[in-house]
Amino acid sequence: MVNMTSVETEKDTFKKQSQFKEIWRRFKKNKGAVIGLIILAAILLVLIFAGAVVSYDMVAEQNLSGKLASPSGEHLFGTDAYGRDVFARVIYGGRTSLGIAVLATISSCIVGSALGAIAGYFGGKVDSIISRSLDIFMSIPDILFTMAVVFALGANFKNLLIALTLAYFTNYVKLVRSQVLNLADLEYVEAAKAGGASSARIIMSHIIPNAMGVIIVNTTLNVSKIILYESTLSFLGLGMPPPAPEWGLMLAEAREFMRTAPHLLIFPAGAIVLTACSINLMGDGLRDALDPHLKS
Amino acid sequence: MSEMILDINDLKVVYKTDLETVKAVNSINLKIGKGKTLGLVGETGAGKTTTALSIMRLLPERTGKILEGSIEFDGKNLLDLLEEDMRKIRGDKIAMVFQDPMSSLNPVMTVGEQIGESILLHNEGLSKEEVDKLVEQKLSMVGILPSRKIEYPHQFSGGMKQRVVIAMALACEPELLIADEPTTALDVTIQAQVLMMIKELRDSHGTSMLMITHDLGIVAKVCDDVAVMYAGEIVESGTVEDIFLGANHHPYTEGLFGSIPNLVSKERRLTPILGLMPDPTNLPEGCVFAPRCKKRMEICTKVHPESTVLGTHELRCHLFNKDIEKEMEVKDGN
Repeated sequence: MVNMTSVETEKDTFKKQSQFKEIWRRFKKNKGAVIGLIILAAILLVLIFAGAVVSYDMVAEQNLSGKLASPSGEHLFGTDAYGRDVFARVIYGGRTSLGIAVLATISSCIVGSALGAIAGYFGGKVDSIISRSLDIFMSIPDILFTMAVVFALGANFKNLLIALTLAYFTNYVKLVRSQVLNLADLEYVEAAKAGGASSARIIMSHIIPNAMGVIIVNTTLNVSKIILYESTLSFLGLGMPPPAPEWGLMLAEAREFMRTAPHLLIFPAGAIVLTACSINLMGDGLRDALDPHLKS
Repeated sequence: MSEMILDINDLKVVYKTDLETVKAVNSINLKIGKGKTLGLVGETGAGKTTTALSIMRLLPERTGKILEGSIEFDGKNLLDLLEEDMRKIRGDKIAMVFQDPMSSLNPVMTVGEQIGESILLHNEGLSKEEVDKLVEQKLSMVGILPSRKIEYPHQFSGGMKQRVVIAMALACEPELLIADEPTTALDVTIQAQVLMMIKELRDSHGTSMLMITHDLGIVAKVCDDVAVMYAGEIVESGTVEDIFLGANHHPYTEGLFGSIPNLVSKERRLTPILGLMPDPTNLPEGCVFAPRCKKRMEICTKVHPESTVLGTHELRCHLFNKDIEKEMEVKDGN
C-alpha cells in the first residue's frame, strides 16, 4: 500500500495562510459586501440582544390614549393604532421574520440541493422520478400551495417553516441539478472515480463545493424573497397569528393608516428593505471571496 | 513468459444507444507483464481510451457495455467484481492519469487535499498528520515543493498540474498505472520532463504501466511492448524491437510511420494514410483496414484476417498468412 519512509520531506518555506484569512482578505476588497456585512451584523446584534435594547413588555403594552403618535423621544418610531411602541414591535418582529426566513432558506436549500444533486448525478430513472414529481409540485402556484399547507396545518412558526420550505426547495433542485449535470462529466470527477471515491463522496466533496457559488448567491437572494413572501402570507392572515409582532403583519395593519400615520408603514418596510439589501450585498461579496478562481 | 499483471482476453465493448450500436472495442487481447510497460498506439477513435476505461470499469453507465471477454488483473477477473470491491482497487491497485491536467484537478480543493483523498480512502487508519506527511512526500517525489500543498490548482502551470495529477495517481503506489495520453496537452519541453519523470518513477517503484498515446516517439522511449490499435482491433503487437526494427509490418503500422516527419531525409514527403477510419457503427466485413490499405488484396474485403504469430510479434493481416499468400491475387499498388 503506502510506504511511509521512502522520501524525506523538505522543510516548509512558505508561510501557511489559513483558509479563513484568505477568504476574508478577498471579501474585504469588496466595499459593498463589507457595508452589507456591517449592517447585517448590526441588525443581528440588535435582534439577538433585543432584551437589552427594549423590554418585550413594550410590544404588547397598549395605550389607547397615545395611539398613532408620531416618532418622539419616548417612542422612537411612534405608536400604532393600539398605542403600542412601534420600535419594540419592529425589533421583536424582526426576530420572527428573520428567524423564519433564515430557517426556511436553510431547510429548503438542504432538501433542494440534496434532491438536485441526486437527480443530476445518477440520472436515468432517478432523475425522471425526481424531475417529474417536481413538475407536479411547480404546476401549483406557490402562494396557493403555501396557503393550502398553512390552512391545513394551522398558522404557527413550525407550519410556516414547513410551508415556506415546500414552496422554495424546488428552485434549488433545478439549480443544483443543472450544475451537477455540467460538473459530473468533468475530468476531475472522473479522476476522483478512478481514485476509488464513492458516489456520495464525489457529490459531497467534488460536486457540491464547485456548485457552492451559485447556491450561496441563490440562498442570499432567497432570504430576502422569503421575508417578502412571508409578509404576503401574514397580509392574507396566514402568517403568524396577530398579537405577535412580525414585519409583514405590521405592514398589513399599517395599510389602514397610511395617510394619517405613514411612520407605521415606513419603519417596518425600511427594516425589510435594509435587511434584504444588506444580505444581497454580502451574498455577492461572499460568492467572489469563496471562488478560488478569482484569487489574486 | 514472466508473470502477467494484466491479461485482457477477447474483450468486446460497445456503446449502445437507442439509435445505434458503436463497436468501440472488438475482441482484443492484451497482456502486460509485471513491471513492464505496454504502449497502446492508434489514431483518435481507435478505442484506446475505451480499453482503459473498461479496465477501470468506468465506462459511461448508461451506454457503455462490455459484451464479452475477461480482464484479469493479478489473476482476478475484474469484470466479476462487485462495484464496491472495484472501488477498493481503483486508485489503490490500478490508478489512472488523465489526458488533460487542466481539467482533471478539482478547482476548489487544494492539491494537497486531492492527493490526500485517495490515500485516505484506501488507508482508513491513518491520522491526519500521517496523511499530511505522505502528501508532502508525494509532492516532493514529483518535484514540487511540499509547502505548495495548500495551493489551488489554478496557481500551478500546466506541467506542474500534470505532476500533481501523477502524484495523485501514484499516491497509493499502484501496481498498474494507466496513462491516457499523459503528455498530449503539454508543450514539448514539458512533455520530455514529465515523460522522464514517469519513467523514473515507474522504474523506482516497479510499477507496470499501460501507456496510451498516438506519439510513436514516446513509445520508443518508454515502452517495452507495443500494441497498435485500429478501429477497435489490435492489428499488430510485439516488443518495441519488433515494431520499430522488425521487417514485417501491418500496412497500418507502416502508414503510421510514414506519417511522421523525418529530420534526416529531408526530401521525403509525408505519406499520410488516406481516408478515414471506418464508421464504428458499421464496420467492414473483411479486414477493418482494407478500405484504406495500399496492399489490399481481394480476400481482404471478404474475410476477416486471423492473427499470425511470429515469435513475440503478432500481426492481423492476410499478407502474413502463408496459406492465403499462395492463392492471392495481387491487386494494383494503389
